[in-house]
Amino acid sequence: MMDISNIKVELFDGDLPVEQITNAWYDQFRLSNYGAIVTFVGVVRDEDGIDGLSFDIYEPILSSWFDAWQKKANEKNAIVLMAHSKGDVLNHTSSYIAAVCSPKRRVALEMIDEFVEDFKAQAPIWKYDIIDGQREYAEDRSTAITGAGLLN
Amino acid sequence: MVTIEFLGPIGKENMSVDINNLSQLSEILKDEADVATWLEKSAVAVNDTLVSSKDIDLKDGDKVSLLPPVCGG
Repeated sequence: MMDISNIKVELFDGDLPVEQITNAWYDQFRLSNYGAIVTFVGVVRDEDGIDGLSFDIYEPILSSWFDAWQKKANEKNAIVLMAHSKGDVLNHTSSYIAAVCSPKRRVALEMIDEFVEDFKAQAPIWKYDIIDGQREYAEDRSTAITGAGLLN
Repeated sequence: MVTIEFLGPIGKENMSVDINNLSQLSEILKDEADVATWLEKSAVAVNDTLVSSKDIDLKDGDKVSLLPPVCGG
């Protein structure tokens, strides 16, 4: 069984060095006898007049969210990998990469969908549009974390 | 004292309050105009663990975090 304790979320200031990250993952894990490495690369789109996106991250809870996913993946002999940007990321560059490695493709293909969707809904990351050099909270695209409203 | 931190777009400085539980915190924050509107959509963590019940005792040195709606990626 893979030692998963050393696999952490990789955070970068600004846009992600995509080739460096995905090549490193491939080199690290292709020798672990995973038959499937499925990578999702998120790219910032030019829409609604934005120059890019900006991100705040709360690392302690992101780490615990990721570690819980790692345990869940490991039950299916898979591992999850993730990199994300902090701060500003301009259009047509990457802010988010997720990957699943598993012995067989079906587990990885299904898990990448669930992993990315749960990330979107639960990971403690806040997105802002960059418009004319100002950050505007992307409230209409944001999702309340499960259990929200406890103090209301 | 318990430290209250407001994450992401809430954009408010930390508070230090003398409370024993989350119900007391709720009453305090409902009177803070710049926070009150965030309460219904914010999740709550105590010492960096998300909680789903107000029935939690708080002690001196604890940290409570408010997490507004998220959107990574």
